[in-house]
Amino acid sequence: MTVFSIYIINKAGGLIYQYDHQKSSVEMEKTFSYPLDLKLEAYSDQVSVVFGQRDGIQVGHVVLAVNGKQTNGRKLEDGNDVIETIANEKNYPISIKFGRPKLTSNQKIMMASMFHSLYAISVQLSPVHGSSGIQKLETDTFTLHCNQTATGVKFVVIAEPRQVGIDSLLHRLYLIYSDFALKNPFYSLEMPIRTEQFDSHVLSAIESTEKTGSAA
Amino acid sequence: MTIHLLHIYDRNGNSLFAKEWSRKKSSNLTKVEEQKLLFGMIHSIKSFVTKMSPKDGKEGFISYTTSRYKIHFYESPTGLKFILLTDIFVGNIRETMKKLYSSVYVEFVVRNPLCPLNEPIRSSLFETKLETFMTGLSFFEDSN
Repeated sequence: MTVFSIYIINKAGGLIYQYDHQKSSVEMEKTFSYPLDLKLEAYSDQVSVVFGQRDGIQVGHVVLAVNGKQTNGRKLEDGNDVIETIANEKNYPISIKFGRPKLTSNQKIMMASMFHSLYAISVQLSPVHGSSGIQKLETDTFTLHCNQTATGVKFVVIAEPRQVGIDSLLHRLYLIYSDFALKNPFYSLEMPIRTEQFDSHVLSAIESTEKTGSAA
Repeated sequence: MTIHLLHIYDRNGNSLFAKEWSRKKSSNLTKVEEQKLLFGMIHSIKSFVTKMSPKDGKEGFISYTTSRYKIHFYESPTGLKFILLTDIFVGNIRETMKKLYSSVYVEFVVRNPLCPLNEPIRSSLFETKLETFMTGLSFFEDSN
């Protein structure tokens, strides 16, 4: 039972708080001989697998390191192009590390505003009167829960589909937000929340939800 | 329980079929605009879900629920999309969605030589069979 991450979105669609609870991510390192049996392509400033799945390496994974050198966008640490290094037969056998792409902080801001507009469209497309926006979005790997307050702030929790007690966690987050963000004299409304007390209370609410299924 | 409406899109986003059973609120958009908005939203949700997912998934987006309605989504490997709007009390109907594809769409559209693919479905046989299939569902009840 896991809570993956928390997003708080202001009424304009801006991301004002984000916390990733689950740190570990899947990474696979493997040594290849020439020619490479995976198809790689540079895609949105990262080199990703577009065809061929083996040994846990999946389509959509990105190259994280080649021969122990970290990648930086499409380039390696030493300035060489990733695609060119991999295409060159002289560099074989080659050891490549793959992993799921991680969201950068810019991408997280984009995701938040994307959810904000999806929420608005879901209200507009309702076949019945008086519907809210997306409250629960289900996929096979996670479930997204969203609670919009009367003032338009959205609390979004991303958790495992089996995780229970999300409603109480959402409620608890709202209380923490009112107590430790809004009552803070140095906090300006609609701006990112950077308070240690807030962080520690969010963490304890998540941990108690994971253990007991209730955030109280 | 109620079924509100069903939409079928091809992989390019063209609407192949749309049917309404119970619709209390109509938006101020035209039919075509609304179909495009729905497809656009589902398309964005799909990319949102792939980026947000902490693990590698197979099925991706399954459904979402608001306070008053629920959207169920099924996409075939060929990109055909089935979108069903129901009330919120309908549970997981993944198998029903698959059955709708395999025993109604495949049987009466794909196997009908007079029914061109990737064009809006104009077959009264398909409509009758779809109606029988939908009214036979346990959560159909009085959707009118």
